[in-house]
Amino acid sequence: MALTYQAIATTTVGSGGAANIEFTSIPQTYTDLLLSVSARSETNNTGNLWLQINNSTAVTNKTILLYGDGSSANTAKASNSDYIWSYSVAANFTANVFSNQEYYFPNYTNSANKTVMQNGVTENNATTAFTVFSSAEYNITAAITSIKLSIYFSGDINQHSTATLYGIKNTV
Amino acid sequence: MPTKIVVDCSTGVATEVELTAEEIAQREADAVAFAEIKAAEEAAAQAKAAAKASAEAKLAALGLTADEIAAL
Repeated sequence: MALTYQAIATTTVGSGGAANIEFTSIPQTYTDLLLSVSARSETNNTGNLWLQINNSTAVTNKTILLYGDGSSANTAKASNSDYIWSYSVAANFTANVFSNQEYYFPNYTNSANKTVMQNGVTENNATTAFTVFSSAEYNITAAITSIKLSIYFSGDINQHSTATLYGIKNTV
Repeated sequence: MPTKIVVDCSTGVATEVELTAEEIAQREADAVAFAEIKAAEEAAAQAKAAAKASAEAKLAALGLTADEIAAL
């Protein structure tokens, strides 16, 4: 049970955007981590949002996705990704709206393979809008010390996007 | 020059840092790989749609109605 829920660090992307957001030197004093993201991409269409742990290229054992694009519901699975995937709002979506994502990292300091659970949604005043649930197990046994968010396809994360990392303890 | 935001959780300080040449090269390689994946997906979707249209035309030529083809 989560007895504490504390903001560790937060950032807002400034003018000009940013290629990625990296949380480094993550304290090892919590039980779980939660990353809350509100993002918009400077590229059109999908605005793929990628998250990577410890800058590691270690691949996932399992990644399962359930996602919708406004027209259909889809599922996908992968076993060789070094990222977990979601959607930001794309540049050609409705102006001044942002996506919302939460990534949950249970037991991030232990020596077992790391797992991540993610849910996200975009806003768009049109048919195409995305929802995605995903979970993954990484071949990473080291404690999580850094988390990186980026937009695949070389786009930048747009100005005013925010990311906040929370620590959650199982004891006070 | 593209930049990234590095948030040091030990201090809470966020710093804007220029990407290294290696990071820029990796971004460019990712973009190429992603474009190739998207092109392959689009080609597969177009091939599937063309095969479906061809099959429907052949069924229609055999005398099936549109409702009968849709019911398959």
